Amino acid sequence: MTMRNALVYTLLVLSAAVMLFPIGYAFSISLMDGGEVLKGNLIPEEPSLANYVAAFDRIPLLTYLVNSLVVALLVMVGQVVLSSLAAFAFVFIDFKGKALIFMLFLATMMVPWEATMVPNFLTVQSLGWLNSVWGLSVPFFALAFGTFLLRQQFKTIPHEMYEASQIAGISRFRFFWNVVLPVSKTPLVTLSVYSFLTTWNMYLWPLLVTNTEQARTVQIGIKQMQSNEIASDWGVVMAAVVMIIIPTLLLLFAGQKQLQEGLTQGAIK
Amino acid sequence: MTVTLPRQRVKARLSDAVSGLLYLSPSIALFGIFLVYPLLRTIYLSFFRTDTQGTPLEFVGLGHYASLFMSATFWQSVQATVGFVALTVPLTILVALGLALLANEKLRGIGIFRTAFSATMGMSVAASSVIWMFMYNPSIGIFNRFLEAIGASGVQWLLDPQYALLSVSLATVWMNIGFTFLILLGGLQNIDRALYESADIAGTGYWTQLRAITIPMLSPTLFFVGIISLINAFQTFGQIDLLTKGGPMNSTNVIVYAIYKDAFINYNVGGASAQAVLLFVTVLLLTWLQFKLVERKVHYQ
Repeated sequence: MTMRNALVYTLLVLSAAVMLFPIGYAFSISLMDGGEVLKGNLIPEEPSLANYVAAFDRIPLLTYLVNSLVVALLVMVGQVVLSSLAAFAFVFIDFKGKALIFMLFLATMMVPWEATMVPNFLTVQSLGWLNSVWGLSVPFFALAFGTFLLRQQFKTIPHEMYEASQIAGISRFRFFWNVVLPVSKTPLVTLSVYSFLTTWNMYLWPLLVTNTEQARTVQIGIKQMQSNEIASDWGVVMAAVVMIIIPTLLLLFAGQKQLQEGLTQGAIK
Repeated sequence: MTVTLPRQRVKARLSDAVSGLLYLSPSIALFGIFLVYPLLRTIYLSFFRTDTQGTPLEFVGLGHYASLFMSATFWQSVQATVGFVALTVPLTILVALGLALLANEKLRGIGIFRTAFSATMGMSVAASSVIWMFMYNPSIGIFNRFLEAIGASGVQWLLDPQYALLSVSLATVWMNIGFTFLILLGGLQNIDRALYESADIAGTGYWTQLRAITIPMLSPTLFFVGIISLINAFQTFGQIDLLTKGGPMNSTNVIVYAIYKDAFINYNVGGASAQAVLLFVTVLLLTWLQFKLVERKVHYQ
């Protein structure tokens, strides 16, 4: 090994240790009993899963997990369907005003969502969607970033194929369904991973539109936990934290490569 | 296909427009209901005194804006927001860039490090905040334990107005590194290897290559990351709600938290709307300004 490589490895290991420390620390605390946490140990002397049992016992963690899963899957499907339909229109159908509509789609990315949350809350309330998965998911179905990402991919499909299918009398929708979607698996996966991650991790909106235990998502569950008496029981809190980060960490590790390529493509081209 | 009759052509074009809009209609409808309408409604409400349910009662013109500019709390929240942006955005990009450069080396086992550096992208703001809250705990948290171990006295990280914004910012930098790292690494991998090969042949050193090839070629990605980070920083909410609730003494009361408190705790919907409009205009201006400023310096491939 050259001196240079040794230096790079040293820096890599140190950086990884710093970046991963909070996650490892949380995991370690989740295996300790209360006394050990107070002693300030870094590594549990007698690791135990008691905190995990307690987390499911004392708060409806399972309900929260199911709610988050349902909402994240709904938004994922909604965003993928709506984005791919819109991207298809932008790439394959020619009509007046298309460029303008595309500009407007891009402009939506500049509206900070928080600036619209008050009327959105009132809309969802008047629809009777408070404490429902619809209120948590439908407002996020339209996604300019997703449309943009898929449009980049659809543009690589030769236009001659589309024209040939038109001449052969194949309907637009069949072309979309049987040709465009199957060759676009990678960006569709990227978008799905992105949608799932961001929705699962959403905080402010679920805080506004849910106020019952049956409707809450995991992120709000964690807030509840932290703000009531369980808060002093750090082991249990950390067990819940570990439970809610595992699904997204696994998904991230599995989809990291696609995500990186997709996000970069969306960023540059 | 060359001999299409005019009428047929008009018909075809019309049907193109209809089906084009058909494919776009779900997105357009939802953008209309959950983005355009609420944006206009927010602007409208910012000119009215409302009841607690947001029903406009009385036109007050620029009254809400005037009272905001007179209010010390509002200026504190502007200060907190600007401070937060300044503390988080440059540091996040710098650290993520350093990590991306390291992780772009062609070494055995580099995949493990890439995964480690992007990990925080999979962590929710809520979960991360709870972990940092524990690390900042004055009696059992790791930071004060460390300070005590080296003989210094502990710090009230989240309760001392001098440190609270800094503490929240540090936690935020950690949370945002994963996403920023992932995009920058992608940008680095898109740079043509041939550029480095010819530089190697010419005998140019690492730092010169970094300055002459990597940074210029990465500039579109850096530009994108800069805008996204800036906008994200202005939208920060979760870590404030969990770690400090805007305190102590409003030192971390960033704009989105202030809007949330005004609208959903104080039921001052008009005032919250005026702040939301200011947030919107700020983000718009900054995006535009950054485009103008960086456009000329960015090197597009």
